[in-house]
Amino acid sequence: MSESHSLYNSTVMDHFMNPKNVGDMEDADGVGEVGAAACGDIMKISLKIKDGRIEQARFKAFGCGSAIASSSMATELIKGRTIEEAMNFTNQEVVDALGGLPPVKIHCSVLAEEAIKAALEDYLKRHPEKAPQAGKA
Amino acid sequence: MRSAYLDYQAGTPVLPEVFEAMRPFFTTDFGNPSSLHQRGLMAREALAQARQQVATAIHAEMPEDIIFTSCGTESANLAIKGVAYANQRRGNHIVVTQIEHPSVLNSVEFLEKQGFTCTRVPVDSQGLVDPEAVRAALTDKTILICVHHANHDIGTVEPIAEIGRIATEKGIPLFVDAVASGGWLPIDVQAMGANLLSLSPHRFHGPKGVGILYRSRRARLLGIQHGGVQENGRRAGTENVPAIVGAGLACEIATRELPVRTAHVARLQKKLWDGLRKNVPFIRLSGPEPGPGRLPTNLNISTEFIEGEGQLLRCDFNGISVASGSSCVSKSLKISHVLAAIGLDHALAQGNLILSLGKDNTDEEIDYMIETFPKIVSVLREMSPMWDAFQKGAVQSVLAPKPTPV
Repeated sequence: MSESHSLYNSTVMDHFMNPKNVGDMEDADGVGEVGAAACGDIMKISLKIKDGRIEQARFKAFGCGSAIASSSMATELIKGRTIEEAMNFTNQEVVDALGGLPPVKIHCSVLAEEAIKAALEDYLKRHPEKAPQAGKA
Repeated sequence: MRSAYLDYQAGTPVLPEVFEAMRPFFTTDFGNPSSLHQRGLMAREALAQARQQVATAIHAEMPEDIIFTSCGTESANLAIKGVAYANQRRGNHIVVTQIEHPSVLNSVEFLEKQGFTCTRVPVDSQGLVDPEAVRAALTDKTILICVHHANHDIGTVEPIAEIGRIATEKGIPLFVDAVASGGWLPIDVQAMGANLLSLSPHRFHGPKGVGILYRSRRARLLGIQHGGVQENGRRAGTENVPAIVGAGLACEIATRELPVRTAHVARLQKKLWDGLRKNVPFIRLSGPEPGPGRLPTNLNISTEFIEGEGQLLRCDFNGISVASGSSCVSKSLKISHVLAAIGLDHALAQGNLILSLGKDNTDEEIDYMIETFPKIVSVLREMSPMWDAFQKGAVQSVLAPKPTPV
């Protein structure tokens, strides 16, 4: 075998082998954990939020290559966004930024979206006054 | 770069002498065995020789008991559907174990949609079927019993001879799927009491594209593929002569070399499992301990707090080829039905790897795996929220604490 073959594209493999933003936060403003080990995936996302913007995002994941890559990419994408922008975050952004995922692995990107939203909900539960205006209308 | 190939259950390289024996049948000796001229007769003789080699290797009563198919799956389909259709006036009930290969379970499921019924006999936590449970499942409508020789996933060797005695006593044909064990455990169809038995030569250094079905004259069988009268009318279609020639020779060599091959892989199997359990905390082996109760080629491990596909990808990145039964790896997104049947915790089933050894594995490959795998586990555990929760005492380990090295 002279050339290298890969189950995923090089962007996905890079985010799996060298994931960004792995870890927890001692002083997280919002933490979301979704999935179950028995189903094959757990994703935990911690957010640091300052002045209505996501300053830092970190993840931990129990899951396959695409689950780890999706978490890594999602934390990269979400940094710097306002809460409102983050509430509108979709899994498709993760899929596009990763240059595509195999059809059976799309659910990994959905889980990343759900983990971010769970973390935001946790934040808004702690700080109801910070909810975006549109949400109150 | 160092590497280790630990997926020989998925396939083995064709032996050079097998490849050489096959070669002329692709080019100069291309005749069709159905032709009556010299080239055809030559191909026919080659088939007869391969049939004799297989019959001798598995102690069949006569070479005509050997049917060549295209793969192990086709052999299982032909055995199950062929016996079911041939006996449907006598009964419609089939007995299988819960942990058979999908080619067996899905063939039976197909027949159930056509009015056949099936009892799936459970296995114990080691994957062992109780012959008395097979006996208890039989009814006066039972027309076929299917029990594999050894499990493809967890390596359990089943008590086939005992089940064979029950089948013989009741006059019910027994189909033994020996695809996982063929080439690695001695196979004697008469001692087993098997009326049908399947083999897949690419598992023991023969080519892909050929399967073997032994069928004793005592078991009625209808062909399920219709056309010409090849294979005595039980498998229509032009024979894959080069592959069949390779299959025959691979069987002959595997039988001759079996004691040497088995002793080699059994030693490496024990070394690998001893090394892994010593160096990786919270790891378990599914199926029996290495020894006579387990295929000498197979280790099925579950590493707690991490998932299997990630382990597989990181092994591959390090030049180590392995398989996994985790749902993330399967196209169906389901965990292995074998791991479910032995009652393995689902999170552990997700952390599953299947390591399979072959005659060409070296001590160096095993050392490399033992050295590399703990590092992969550490990296993935550092990323795992479950490991973190376990470290903080928030969740319990399903497994017992790290076993004391033997």
